[in-house]
Amino acid sequence: MRPEPRLIEVRKNVLKRNDVVALGLRDRFRAAGVFVVSLVSSPGSGKTAFLEKTLTFLRAKYRVAALVGDLATENDALRLARSQVPVKQITTGTLCHLEAAMVQAALDDWDLSQLDFLFIENVGNLVCPSSYDLGEDLRVVLLSVTEGEDKPLKYPTIFNSADVAIVTKVDLGVAVEFDWEAAYRNIQSVRPGMQVLKVSAKTGEGLGAYFDFLAARLIELHQAASI
Amino acid sequence: MHELSIAMSIVELAGEEAERRGAQVNAVHLKLGAMSGVVKEALLSCYEMACASTSLEGSSLIVEDVPVVIFCSPCQARRTLNSVQLFCCPECGTPSNRIVQGKELEVVALEIQECAPSPV
Repeated sequence: MRPEPRLIEVRKNVLKRNDVVALGLRDRFRAAGVFVVSLVSSPGSGKTAFLEKTLTFLRAKYRVAALVGDLATENDALRLARSQVPVKQITTGTLCHLEAAMVQAALDDWDLSQLDFLFIENVGNLVCPSSYDLGEDLRVVLLSVTEGEDKPLKYPTIFNSADVAIVTKVDLGVAVEFDWEAAYRNIQSVRPGMQVLKVSAKTGEGLGAYFDFLAARLIELHQAASI
Repeated sequence: MHELSIAMSIVELAGEEAERRGAQVNAVHLKLGAMSGVVKEALLSCYEMACASTSLEGSSLIVEDVPVVIFCSPCQARRTLNSVQLFCCPECGTPSNRIVQGKELEVVALEIQECAPSPV
């Protein structure tokens, strides 16, 4: 006779494997003293243009590098290579997000102690990347003015998972009648207290404030390490 | 759409646990937070696919929805959010991002059937 079915308690985090790898990456980043920023957004929000400007500016003073996730092409890596910093493409195939193991594999032969900043551009997607910790110090979510003010309400999980929101393409704000107050209110509604910056990669507006913000975070990191 | 890879992780995790106990899994009980980033309907439809040709084929996935709970400082209390679009205390209206529950993506229990001992 077959025994009766019974319920056993398990309690296991489904994403534990990713979380364990992310934890290892975070330890490695801390030991190397590199500040790691990941960028998430929908496709077409201007991540690559924004990152290209960031790399070009920061390389004058800091040692910077980037990893860039994309489904199929290497176009973004080629664009970013123009900034003359080390750039590595992670082609995810059909996968809609980066996972910690992909970052780990891409960084396998890198000496991270030779870097001040590492940027990780996630695949353009406002859903899937939110569940995966990549070991980053700062997760930046981008929202372009052409996408509309209600994006944060449509994708609360990823906005909540981020540390800073950056409104991009502000040079187009007037043309698309972007309601800044509404966008700010919506961001605060899904992530109270989140810092919000406004930039235009095209005109350079707001980039200075963003670079100052990153520089301050790097100093904080080094101070925390020396205590 | 990352629900298929999540479903495959669930199947793998439950399969390993069942194998250790020499049992067959009838059902997997999962806690799914409203802020887990996973869509329940998509996960359920992927689950069957992920189970195909594994020891979990024919098993079911039972999902318990977990709402978002924040801690409200002025109230000194845990409060369940009415909406994931509005992170503020439903009682006093103070914004709060101190999430104490709602990110779960956790296998909490397995309904198993021990395999009958083989006759000697």
